[in-house]
Amino acid sequence: MNIIFDILQPLFVPLLSPLLIGVVKKIKAKMQNRQGAGVLQPYRDLWKLFHKDEVISQDASWIFRMAPYIIFAVTLIVGAFIPIFNLNTFTAPLGDLLAVVYLLAIGTFFLALAGIDTGSAFGGFASSREMTVSALAEVGLIFSFFILSLVSGSTNLFTIADSVLVANITSLQPIILAGLGYFIVLLAEGGRYPFDNPATHLELTMIHEAMILEYCGRRLALMEWAAANKLFIFMTLGANLFFPWGLMHEFSLAALIVAVAVFALKLSAFCFAIAFIESGIAKFRFFRLPDLLIVSFILNIVAIGLIK
Amino acid sequence: MIEFIISPDGFIILLLLFLLGALGAALLKNNDESANYWSSFFAIAGSLWGVLFGLGSLFAVRPLLFTIGASPFSLLQFSFLIDKLAAFFVFIICLIALFCSLYGIDYVRQYYRKYSIGSLGFFYNLFIAGMLLVVTATNGLFFLLAWEIMSVASFFLVIYDRHEQENIRAGFLYLVMTHVGTSFIIAAFLLLYKFTGSFEFSLIRNGAGMIPGSVKNAVFVLSLIGFGTKAGIIPLHIWLPGAHPAAPSHVSGLMSGVMIKTGIYMMIRIFLDLLQPFPLWWGVVLLITGAVSSLLGVLYALTEHDIKKLLAYHSIENIGIILLGLGSALTFLSLQMPALALVGLVASLFHTLNHATFKSLLFLGAGSVINQTHTRNMEEYGGLIKLMPQTALLFLVGSMAITALPPFNGFFSEWLTFQALFQGIAAPNSQVIWIFVIAAGALAFTGGLALACFVKAFGAIFLARPRSDEAKHAKESSPFMLAGMWSLGALSLLFGVGSGYVSQVLQAVGGEFAVFQNLPAPFLHTEGGWITVGGFSSVFAPAIFLALLLALLAVVFAVNRLLSRRQTVRTGPTWDCGTDLTPRMEITSTGFARSIILIFKGILKPTMQKAVEYRDGESRYLPKSRMIKLGMNDIYEKYLYEPAQAFVLKFSLYAKKVQSGLINMYILYILIALVGVLLFSL
Repeated sequence: MNIIFDILQPLFVPLLSPLLIGVVKKIKAKMQNRQGAGVLQPYRDLWKLFHKDEVISQDASWIFRMAPYIIFAVTLIVGAFIPIFNLNTFTAPLGDLLAVVYLLAIGTFFLALAGIDTGSAFGGFASSREMTVSALAEVGLIFSFFILSLVSGSTNLFTIADSVLVANITSLQPIILAGLGYFIVLLAEGGRYPFDNPATHLELTMIHEAMILEYCGRRLALMEWAAANKLFIFMTLGANLFFPWGLMHEFSLAALIVAVAVFALKLSAFCFAIAFIESGIAKFRFFRLPDLLIVSFILNIVAIGLIK
Repeated sequence: MIEFIISPDGFIILLLLFLLGALGAALLKNNDESANYWSSFFAIAGSLWGVLFGLGSLFAVRPLLFTIGASPFSLLQFSFLIDKLAAFFVFIICLIALFCSLYGIDYVRQYYRKYSIGSLGFFYNLFIAGMLLVVTATNGLFFLLAWEIMSVASFFLVIYDRHEQENIRAGFLYLVMTHVGTSFIIAAFLLLYKFTGSFEFSLIRNGAGMIPGSVKNAVFVLSLIGFGTKAGIIPLHIWLPGAHPAAPSHVSGLMSGVMIKTGIYMMIRIFLDLLQPFPLWWGVVLLITGAVSSLLGVLYALTEHDIKKLLAYHSIENIGIILLGLGSALTFLSLQMPALALVGLVASLFHTLNHATFKSLLFLGAGSVINQTHTRNMEEYGGLIKLMPQTALLFLVGSMAITALPPFNGFFSEWLTFQALFQGIAAPNSQVIWIFVIAAGALAFTGGLALACFVKAFGAIFLARPRSDEAKHAKESSPFMLAGMWSLGALSLLFGVGSGYVSQVLQAVGGEFAVFQNLPAPFLHTEGGWITVGGFSSVFAPAIFLALLLALLAVVFAVNRLLSRRQTVRTGPTWDCGTDLTPRMEITSTGFARSIILIFKGILKPTMQKAVEYRDGESRYLPKSRMIKLGMNDIYEKYLYEPAQAFVLKFSLYAKKVQSGLINMYILYILIALVGVLLFSL
């Protein structure tokens, strides 16, 4: 049975991530007193986009053409290298936190290059903003994971998920602080309020949507899907590293049911938090975003101080 | 064969090949073509020989120690020591020189009939030979001679393109700075001589116990300044962004890729090998220097729109990263944790190797672009990916390697550096954990900013539409240039995928030092391609590489075959908001970096000048032209170098008064001096 999970593991992220987007949108709609589309709408959108013809800019190079494939492939790899609800997979030894952070950076790199490639003013400025935000977010991301490494004595994400659970009560405070720091990074990297507006590209302040403005058809589908994957990965990491309850250690049917149920519950909590934030506050002005990211870094520094 | 190469004779032949190349090129200076072929042939042959020599010595059982000839001076011995550390640097120097020389065959054609190719070949070969002598000399005085050969040869290479006034300025700044550095080095060696009675490194090592602590500290500071100037650490870096761009690109690749590493080599040699043991603050100083250099280096790189200056600032950044590894090694040694120190040392050596490969690759790529567009200003490039596809691909490889994206080599050395710093934070009895926190934070910030910087560089050079006529008519580089770049690009991938084996070799290099012998249990394991740091973390490069490749193939196949088979792809113009699409709409490199610069304005001090000319000076409603000039305040020049220069100038003016020009005045001076000496000797 475990072998089936090993083979399926890389597919969890892409198969489940559109659902996640649908759920967030649905919760948001309910909070704003709207009916909203069904939670399966993102799947229908992807299906539709994959069956559309494409127009590609005449200025675009192979970077623009290949970027969606590369970015999507990277999210697949990262999806296989992180604990989802099974801790005992054959990719577990590869789940190093720095490897995951830098693999995700490949996606950011090509996304920003693709934004510049068509030579439109929107894409270039969006790339500049994306790189600014992700450059500042990286330190918070690495440090919040590192707090967990300090507690658990390993930088392997599977080991972290395994041992944060049994960490003694004195490390609870630093873990909470690191979790808060991580949540800020999650919003930044996932392209969510207050950093970015995922719903529109109508204003220049939008980051992700402005970068992929020139895409259509299957490449747009891949880009949107990869963005959903990335959000799913960040939420999964947040759910499984900071609240590692219910994860499967050995395979059994009971453990599987518990693991899936707990995982769904944890992700719903994240979706609810994001929908709540997006309904409750406005997007920040661009030059106020660094303050927020620095807060994430400082929370982590304080957490290190509490451990030592 | 390999026994012969790694014998003393083999080393002499290595030097002779470069000397022959140098002298022959000088003799053939009347014929550009033959001078080029002669010097390139011997540079390539010498480098190939050197690569074999370096590799052979890396795996040799015992170090090679020998002296050439009898010296007429008792203190100056032409003695060489090729242990694993020296062999490793010989290998790097020759490896990079090999591909830069290959590239140079075609690259120097642009200088035909403009400058003397013979003198270029002369100084080029001499420069490589000088670097080889620097890393193998084992006598202080002989070392200084080699150091001067290297510095002076590189000075002449910097000012080779002498019609540009800016290059001459950069060259002289380099000359001044390198000699300021050399004076500090001389002072350090003299101090060592005073207390150990010898310039021979082996005797210094044996006598290190006799050196009082305060003198050791003085030697540390002197050599940090002296070798740090060559390595380009902040704030001693001011020559570097000028000098590296001024030289021909294959020389820039060598200067940035390997010459600045000779400073790192000597720091390792003096601190880890000769002056054991040392106090804790040495390592702390190196860590802070590394953190400052890496962070400021990348921030200054972001502000640049001169492609070669941008790369030069990234060298400062990477030297900072190397120093983070070395500094953690020193710190752990002082804290009696040699097993952890080895991790730091391997990290810094690995990054030295990696930076040499990808930085020279990037300089060669930049050289190809400049060769076609005749400008170093990135704002005048654009769209070159369609005109120079191979150069673009290789520049992309270099960019991914330098920004530490897996599976390229930069990632694995940065990973090891992170691990060394993490261990410093995690170690239970560490008194300096906050220094490690700062260092790790600086490294993480640096990584993110470097990514932004190379998106900017690659985007501005290769993507979107051409912004100048020259960029529109660019053509792909010639075969030898491409061959040099392809080899370096392949090596960047190879050292990444084979990082487990590379770090195994580097562990052996570090293991040769006395301090790392008899380790209770090694903390760094490199088995079967894995790099494992204690029980803490591990990384396996081939799996990452394979997974990336497989996933990419799977996605391409699935999308193009299964999902959207019948869909057509058309090309059309970019959406232009209803106006005409011109290159002015693309983002410029200055614009790209502007938001980050504004965020860091406290450090970078950006400036902005506005000038508006009105059609009607009276009413001031209709502007005719607007000009905005963005710039930076150089805080080092303003607060460090300008005051220093003013002081020296003032002091010289006072000293000038002594030179009255009257002969009896000078006789008086001689009398005073004689009386002084007499009194002193009494």
